[in-house]
Amino acid sequence: MIAVIDYKAGNLTSVVKTLRYLGADDIVVTQSPEDVLRADKIVLPGVGHFHATQLLTDLGLTAATREAVAAGTPFLGICVGLQWLYEGSTEAPDTPGLAHFAGQCERFPETFEGADLKSPHVGWNSLENLRPNSRLLHGIDPGSFVYFTHSWRAPISADTAAATLYGGAFTAAVERDNVMGVQFHPEKSAATGLRVLKNFLDL
Amino acid sequence: MLTKRIIACLDVRAGRVVKGIQFLDIIDAGDPAELAHRHARGGADEIVLLDITATHEGRGTLLDTVKRTAASLFVPFTVGGGIRSAADAAAVFNAGADKVSINSSAIARPELIAEIGSSFGAQAVIVAIDARRPDARRAAGSRDPVGDAEVFVNGGRISTGRRVIEWAREAEQRGAGEILLTSMDTDGMRNGFDCELTRRVSEAVQIPVIASGGAGSAAHFAEVFLAGKADAALAASIFHFGITDSRALKAEVAAAGVPMRLPC
Repeated sequence: MIAVIDYKAGNLTSVVKTLRYLGADDIVVTQSPEDVLRADKIVLPGVGHFHATQLLTDLGLTAATREAVAAGTPFLGICVGLQWLYEGSTEAPDTPGLAHFAGQCERFPETFEGADLKSPHVGWNSLENLRPNSRLLHGIDPGSFVYFTHSWRAPISADTAAATLYGGAFTAAVERDNVMGVQFHPEKSAATGLRVLKNFLDL
Repeated sequence: MLTKRIIACLDVRAGRVVKGIQFLDIIDAGDPAELAHRHARGGADEIVLLDITATHEGRGTLLDTVKRTAASLFVPFTVGGGIRSAADAAAVFNAGADKVSINSSAIARPELIAEIGSSFGAQAVIVAIDARRPDARRAAGSRDPVGDAEVFVNGGRISTGRRVIEWAREAEQRGAGEILLTSMDTDGMRNGFDCELTRRVSEAVQIPVIASGGAGSAAHFAEVFLAGKADAALAASIFHFGITDSRALKAEVAAAGVPMRLPC
């Protein structure tokens, strides 16, 4: 059973539709810690303001996630779902993340190398510096394009599995053992995105 | 690096794609779901579906069309046309759209932008602006005809009296994720976009600007991305007559020095 966590922060229709399209037939969209604990895999799609992730803690889902991933359950955070895996975000300083990965998410700078930087970062950008043994990115070529739409980004660290360049390098995909995240929207990233989700389903 | 986007736009009436040729006859051009899927497979970076059904009864058909189109689409999918409330937007999102485009309803009631954005995220709200430069008589008395371009509603027929650049800034402040700027002066003529107006709007806001109106060739796209500083460009007429493959177009635009998603 795949638990797709719904914390009421946007539209998870596309994520669920895409997982089903790829053959996942036992998907539960849930806000229940019990579902998260008994799931074989967990997906956390998220958009919008980081502050909205506070609901995860209020509903007991932060604690349940911590327990589930400690037991080895594969977990995939998407967009804000990736950012939540870090210590937090300057977008909502009073809302702690899961702190599974070190570092704070920060806003894109307003200018970069002398030119104005549009924000949010919207559109197709490429995955670079792919970690060779990444299970999430298995079979994906460096330079492959995926679709982003976000104004905050996670820092590069030892857990970064792929980087993207916009106002400097940031973490496009993060992975350590069973805990993974993608800043881009795999359900909106055509063949490359489908491959990422398929890799996760096949774990 | 971030690439510029080419967006295929489908006008839909009563569940069928329609194409107007030079403002004359409306031709039934097929099933939206099938065409959207073909465009996506052909390399379009995003799909926009614009509902031009005049009547209220058409909403049910639209939602069914959105659902069927979204079912096999794995690139961003925007729906516009007749979205007047947060509830209208919610129905469209639940049917499978990733973004909504709001035009006259936003200028009539700008609070709508934040209402939709607060539930679905600012990135999901595109504010569409139909622009006309002042006509020859008024332009003669204007020091800045581009800056004096006005926002029109009702299919580009009725002037709101508001300046495009000023409304774009307000839309941004109210939480729009992107601006979709259509020049009614160049629309349908296939003679190029209004690059100067596009550039002025792009420089006035920090959010992405999607250019629309006038695409006839790859050179036009290159021009609106470079001189026009557009982040994306939308086209409908250029895909007439069954052309659903964007790859050759994108290769030509890339050859002019514009970063494009290729292969796609």
